[in-house]
Amino acid sequence: MGNPPADGDEDDPDAETDGGLRAYTVRLELVDEPGELLRALAPIADNGGNLLSIHHERGNITPRGHIPVQVDLECPPDRFDDVVEGLRGAGVNVIQAGAEHYGEEINVVLVGHLVETDLSNTLSRIEDEADAVVLDLSLAAPEGTGGISSARARLAIDSGRSSEALAAIRSIGTDKELTVVEPLLGGDA
Amino acid sequence: MKLAILGAGDVGRSVADLAGEYDHEVVALADSTTATVNPNGIAVDDALERKVGDEALGPGVPEDVFEMEYDVLVEATPTTLGDAEPGFSHVKRALEADRHVVLANKGPVAERYEELRALEADSAGSIRFEATVGGAIPVLSTVEDCTPQAVTAVRGVLNGTANFILTRMAAEGLDYEHVLAEAQDLGVAEADPTFDVDGTDAALKFVILANVLADGGFSLEDATVEGIQDIPGSALDLAAEDGRTIRLIGEATRDGVRVGPRLVPENGALAVTGTRNIVQIETRNAGSLHSSGRGAGGPETATAVLSDVGRLPPL
Repeated sequence: MGNPPADGDEDDPDAETDGGLRAYTVRLELVDEPGELLRALAPIADNGGNLLSIHHERGNITPRGHIPVQVDLECPPDRFDDVVEGLRGAGVNVIQAGAEHYGEEINVVLVGHLVETDLSNTLSRIEDEADAVVLDLSLAAPEGTGGISSARARLAIDSGRSSEALAAIRSIGTDKELTVVEPLLGGDA
Repeated sequence: MKLAILGAGDVGRSVADLAGEYDHEVVALADSTTATVNPNGIAVDDALERKVGDEALGPGVPEDVFEMEYDVLVEATPTTLGDAEPGFSHVKRALEADRHVVLANKGPVAERYEELRALEADSAGSIRFEATVGGAIPVLSTVEDCTPQAVTAVRGVLNGTANFILTRMAAEGLDYEHVLAEAQDLGVAEADPTFDVDGTDAALKFVILANVLADGGFSLEDATVEGIQDIPGSALDLAAEDGRTIRLIGEATRDGVRVGPRLVPENGALAVTGTRNIVQIETRNAGSLHSSGRGAGGPETATAVLSDVGRLPPL
């Protein structure tokens, strides 16, 4: 793996029967320094991906002070994991990777003893049990890490699965004695 | 119509005060221990003056009210939970005497809806209770106009105290305890604000809505209720990073009732500020309707009571 460019996929029978190339979207988070974008795109081409579009959201800085970049690309389905691994291997922060897989974004706010109850475990459980990807996280702990703190997480979830994902997050909240402030779904709230 | 009013708090007094404007006559007004009755209409101003001066409303006792010739019993005694007494018995007595009843008291409609409807079915009188949900905002009559079957959900903010607290916390970056104390100083929150901030008051209103949508089946214990006491100022700050804010939102559908703090778009319809209330009525064929206004207060709630009186058929 690693060398054939996108149009070299024609000799891959599986990809052909599968409809050949498929479109994917990856969201990356880049440090605002010259050359970062180029460095981030190289692993895509190197792993057989074909760039379709790049949406470089300058001016829309994430709470951590980074720049979100959305890249649409196409590649055979069996190459996509290599593309993502290539990006991660190059030290690029991939915050979302998938095709139509993660179609919706929701925000939740968690309140409670977040640090003492192991925030990173809480987030892994959300990813596993709610089948979500944490795109972004902000933490506010005005009382220090031992007190009540709040965290806002932006999550990518499968289209049409918001209710199930929120039910799973609710139950994690109950487990860990955290208050979960959910978005209001439905209607045009 | 001849009105007999039980309960002389803000709402009962305002109904008595405004009844004349709506061409109705007050023949009885009672608080928990005293009453004034007159088949030709009581002197409302004098009675209200005595009430405000902490005197007896009149020489009578509440029992006297039921001896009067009246068309509509206005039940405006304080909301009680569980068996919803004595409100429920008041309604029962009036319906069994083939009189109409208009409730401002949420207890009986939230906790004993099916029993009320059964009593109404055997009576020449009807019950109405617009004032129990959202004060001056015409919520139930809007649902009635859309027909309850065509309404798929009702959502919104129906507690002004909790909304005031969340609004101030978000705007000033203050914590819950600080804003609660301020709300109490301003008279927006009661000395014991528990029912407002723990979501019970909002839940009662959404239970009533669910009962109307599903024609019964719900009481407070069927509702999932969370309050705002545990929401720190930092949670509102984080919500604002993403253009959102937190409101105590209720939802009623035919499947259930849920009240809790929720994230809503900062500039969205449901993010009303201060003590304002709002409901979003989601319909099957006509999208969503929104109504916003004052959800509490004596004269405001009295207008809902008097509108109900106006919708009653002659006996």
